[in-house]
Amino acid sequence: MIDFQPLWLSLRLSLVTTGILLLIALPLAYWLTYSRYRIKIVVEAIVSLPMVLPPSVLGFYLLLAFSPSHALGKFLDQTLALRLVFTFPGLVIASLFYSLPFMVNPILSGFKSLPPALKEASHTLGKSSFTTLVKILLPNIRPSLLTGVVLSFAHTIGEFGVVLMIGGNIPGQTRVASLAIYDEMQSMNYPMANLYSLILLVLSFSILLSVYLINHHFNKANPLP
Amino acid sequence: MTTPLLKFQATKMLHTSGGTQLLDISFELDPGRLLTIYGASGAGKTTILRILAGLTDIDSGFIAVEGEVWVNTAAKVNWPARKRSVGLVFQDFALFPHLTVRENLEYAIPKGQDGKIVTELIEWMELTALRDKRPAALSGGQQQRVALARAIARKPRILLLDEPLSALDDEMRWKLQDYIIRAHRDYELTTILVSHHLPEIFRLSDEVICLDKGQIVRQGQPSDIFLEEKISSKFKVTGEIIEIVKSDIVFIVSVLCANTVVKVIATADEIAGLRMGQKVMVASKAFNPVILRIE
Repeated sequence: MIDFQPLWLSLRLSLVTTGILLLIALPLAYWLTYSRYRIKIVVEAIVSLPMVLPPSVLGFYLLLAFSPSHALGKFLDQTLALRLVFTFPGLVIASLFYSLPFMVNPILSGFKSLPPALKEASHTLGKSSFTTLVKILLPNIRPSLLTGVVLSFAHTIGEFGVVLMIGGNIPGQTRVASLAIYDEMQSMNYPMANLYSLILLVLSFSILLSVYLINHHFNKANPLP
Repeated sequence: MTTPLLKFQATKMLHTSGGTQLLDISFELDPGRLLTIYGASGAGKTTILRILAGLTDIDSGFIAVEGEVWVNTAAKVNWPARKRSVGLVFQDFALFPHLTVRENLEYAIPKGQDGKIVTELIEWMELTALRDKRPAALSGGQQQRVALARAIARKPRILLLDEPLSALDDEMRWKLQDYIIRAHRDYELTTILVSHHLPEIFRLSDEVICLDKGQIVRQGQPSDIFLEEKISSKFKVTGEIIEIVKSDIVFIVSVLCANTVVKVIATADEIAGLRMGQKVMVASKAFNPVILRIE
């Protein structure tokens, strides 16, 4: 009988991560697009770092940082009573780092693809930067927002190295679907590994297909000037 | 004596494809006037509009509109674009692609201001049939009308037009100039137009500023600036040659001036160098005008 807990945990992790990432990535991508500070190039490189870094490197440093024997982990543990190593909140924080570029980069290219005159026109019509963002910029980068959300979601579902390092493999707490597949493989339970893999494969493919379909229709209906 | 609506004095180092160049401009504009900024591309025409609208910062200078200081670099005053009461029509119109024609206009209405003007402008600009369409479904001329209507909707103190007709063919240009003339007159606007299309300048402008390499080189009425030979007449119109026909020993040149065709007799020597579609000025020296009521 299939144990749905790892799948459910993966979904929960992805949903929480994607929601928080959207809130972080929107102001970050906006700042990276429109700020004149040169330091933004450094920030852009840091944001994209998880795309090229082996997940184990990220996991290793996060493990060190969260460990109660180091300053940050000690502070979190003793002052806030927050233990991040081998817990679900720890997984969420690690996933935020790991999937950050998958949310920021599509939104960033969305903002960059907009003609500057749209933002300027809104300002000359007396609108604030916030109103311009909400009413003009965001509606015109809906495909990029959707791409960011879906890529972050799918990427978080598929993460392995980081969750293994930070979360361990505790059933019901940190044992997500990708770890469950690895476990079943190790125990030579191939049919179960196959079932988990197939579910992840179908899920990922359906998500990507729907995004491409939706974006195709949106771009056709709302071409940029 | 009229108090100027706009006092503008600005210097800015421009970095263009041809190298750096200093923009050093100073002018005043009386209320209700239509000023055209004319000059070669790269002379800094659009930059002046952008500076006025608050989209480009200056190195030093002063901008005041109706006594309200928008920019004073000495006192570190620099109002953001959203606080300045201008209506800017961009060269490529910059309509919001996700909003319908009506929504584009409604977006321009400040909070608390009556939105009645939206309906009025839609009817006035003959956009009623298009009001629920998005910009992508409109032709260039239609988009230009929407952009003009949107710029006027918030009742700006100054209307800025950045080569708004450059993307259109001549026939459409002519028609849309009518809209600009009517908008300028009916809404009592003070307007600055960037253009390098002479018939348009003659038709629309009260005065012209000629820019060259960031400096004002000439300033005055269009005829003072562009006509090399001063004609001592009191009556001049500009138009476009629509027909040249031979009649016995002379030629009859038909010139379309606004909606009226003026026929001018010319000799073979005089028509040499004239061609169909050419922009010309028709001037009459000795004439005695009479005024007839038409309504």
